[in-house]
Amino acid sequence: MALDIGPTPTSAPSTPVGAATSETRLARATLIALALGFVGLFLLLPLGTVFIEAFRKGAGEFLAALGDPETFSAILLTLTVAGIAVPLNLVFGVAAAWAIAKFEFKGKAFLTTLIDLPFSVSPVISGLVFVLLFGANSALGPILQSYGVQILFAVPGLVLATVFVTFPFVARELIPLMQEQGTSDEEAARSLGATGWQTFWHVTLPNIKWGLLYGVLLCNARAMGEFGAVSVVSGHIRGETNTMPLQVEILYNEYNFVAAFAVAALLALLALATLVLKTALELRYSDEIAASRRH
Amino acid sequence: MEVRVQNIRKEFGRYPALEDVSLDIRSGELVALLGPSGSGKTTLLRLIAGLESPTEGTIFFGDEDASKKSVQQRNIGFVFQHYALFRHMTVLDNVSFGLNVRPANRRPQAAEIRRRALDLLELVQLSGLEKRYPAQLSGGQRQRVALARAMAVEPNVLLLDEPFGALDAQVRKELRKWLREIHDRTGHTTVFVTHDQEEALELADRVVVMSKGAIEQVGTPDDIYDHPVSPFVYGFIGQSNCLDVTLSRGEIWFEDRPIGLRAASEPDGPATLYFRPHDIELVDGCGCLAGLVTAGRRVAGTRHLEVSLGRTQPPVEIELPPERASSTDHSRVAFRPTRWKLYRGAGDVARGSVQAQSSGIELAPTGT
Ligand SMILES: Nc1ncnc2c1ncn2[C@@H]1O[C@H](COP(=O)(O)OP(=O)(O)OP(=O)(O)O)[C@@H](O)[C@H]1O
Ligand SMILES: [Mg+2]
Repeated sequence: MALDIGPTPTSAPSTPVGAATSETRLARATLIALALGFVGLFLLLPLGTVFIEAFRKGAGEFLAALGDPETFSAILLTLTVAGIAVPLNLVFGVAAAWAIAKFEFKGKAFLTTLIDLPFSVSPVISGLVFVLLFGANSALGPILQSYGVQILFAVPGLVLATVFVTFPFVARELIPLMQEQGTSDEEAARSLGATGWQTFWHVTLPNIKWGLLYGVLLCNARAMGEFGAVSVVSGHIRGETNTMPLQVEILYNEYNFVAAFAVAALLALLALATLVLKTALELRYSDEIAASRRH
Repeated sequence: MEVRVQNIRKEFGRYPALEDVSLDIRSGELVALLGPSGSGKTTLLRLIAGLESPTEGTIFFGDEDASKKSVQQRNIGFVFQHYALFRHMTVLDNVSFGLNVRPANRRPQAAEIRRRALDLLELVQLSGLEKRYPAQLSGGQRQRVALARAMAVEPNVLLLDEPFGALDAQVRKELRKWLREIHDRTGHTTVFVTHDQEEALELADRVVVMSKGAIEQVGTPDDIYDHPVSPFVYGFIGQSNCLDVTLSRGEIWFEDRPIGLRAASEPDGPATLYFRPHDIELVDGCGCLAGLVTAGRRVAGTRHLEVSLGRTQPPVEIELPPERASSTDHSRVAFRPTRWKLYRGAGDVARGSVQAQSSGIELAPTGT
């Protein structure tokens, strides 16, 4: 039809544009459906199951399961271990990221690779490393034992294994951030007379605080949920060295499903709380986060 | 405060970024470090600041050896190329930072700090913006905050690395004038880095021209422009033409003829002739440079002509008033440099060769 009246600039391009949008609309719908389906099938369904199983026999049973002395001590132990491991990794992570991002030194690339080691090594092997280091047949173990220091099958071993496994979270989050920010802010602070500590406290820390917070939250989630490495060094002493994930396994193996799922639900709840906290902070301080990312 | 840089050498790894650099900066002076990219301007500035330490050499602040002092102890004001404002602090907090971090015995009262910061913001014409964050400012405003922040500590010397590098031409021009005014009012000894020669010549009391990690020339803008000491400076500052010429019995020959310029005391041999496009006069007949006009363009009040002096020679550029140039388009022109300079030394242009003859108005002997 356009042939008769010659090219009309307004009508001619309308068809391809329409086709293009309808195509993107279809693609968009497919992608959204796919993403939602995946999230539903692999995330929400299992998580929902955990809570349904936990409350299968009612809230009373649920609370009773958590009140069990062994379970209760597992909860306390998990909080203790995370409470020690996370602050340690906060300090280590900041120090490592600082060294890598702000200084030039030999072996920097090697150090960067080393930081990733806990991610690339299976957690079971991480645990075994500590057994080899501090076990009865090792060089260190008997010496420490003679001074009455118990590493393996005790809280120190659990903390060491957890620190090892969760080490990369804070450093990994901070290194790219600090590298991107460069050293000029610190140089500016020093040129204005600030001491090293003042520079860190007033300039570096505020610049990295959001990255640091994410790193700490992720580190914490993993510290509370770690199974493999902790399982190797724990020795599974009931009421003493079982953390929550280990306690879940024990209860499950004893066919005590309600109790197993109750602990699992609590663990999941802690993880969810972490996520909610992160999102809430992001919403609350979105302006500031955007500003700190900008130049 | 007076700053003296003595025989400074700086290596990064094995690579020498600065070689045997010495420079005296007088108290209250506004000095520009000018040079092409990679010539070591930033490195020299950072060495003065104490952000880098020299491989060899010393730096004096007044009579004190500052080389051993840390950047904190030197009490300098440094303005970074990309400002490096603290993004989580307001403008006021940025400006007060240097005073706030002082040890208690040297720190003014909070009210006094605030008053001084507000005064400085007024000086840099940012009154009323003290509660903003750096992200809420324009580039030019950030630049001025950075300057106010550096001045707040009452520095011995103010160091600026390409202060206007990231701004557009219009804002640059304004800030340039404004920086000069601020300098005249506050009297800080100031060193700034630039690779914009116009900026350096217009703004500075003295210009330091650098090339390949060394200082080529130090002088007033007039000195630098009118009496460049080396081919590098001649070529780098302003426009210039260079021609390969030969000296024979005190006369300058281009290709197979004398061009009517004399350098009487010079021995025979090859040399390089430098002259600026506007330092020429049109002449009739021979005993001069002559060629075909290949292109012409109007630049503000004058006309620039590109002249081909021969197939084996690069074209030279000359500048004429438009009314004289109109008749010469696509025709032959004959001209002679009125101010020129001769350099010798086997084409070693960048190194700064022996200067054979001081420049001046050399009139050709008549009837050659
Ligand atoms: N931290 C560094 N490590 C290694 N080499 C460096 C370092 N800083 C500068 N250089 C080298 O020193 C030389 C001089 O650098 P500098 O930054 O002083 O140049 P510049 O004159 O400021 O150049 P520009 O105009 O591009 O900023 C360059 O060749 C550069 O590669
Ligand atoms: Mg530079």
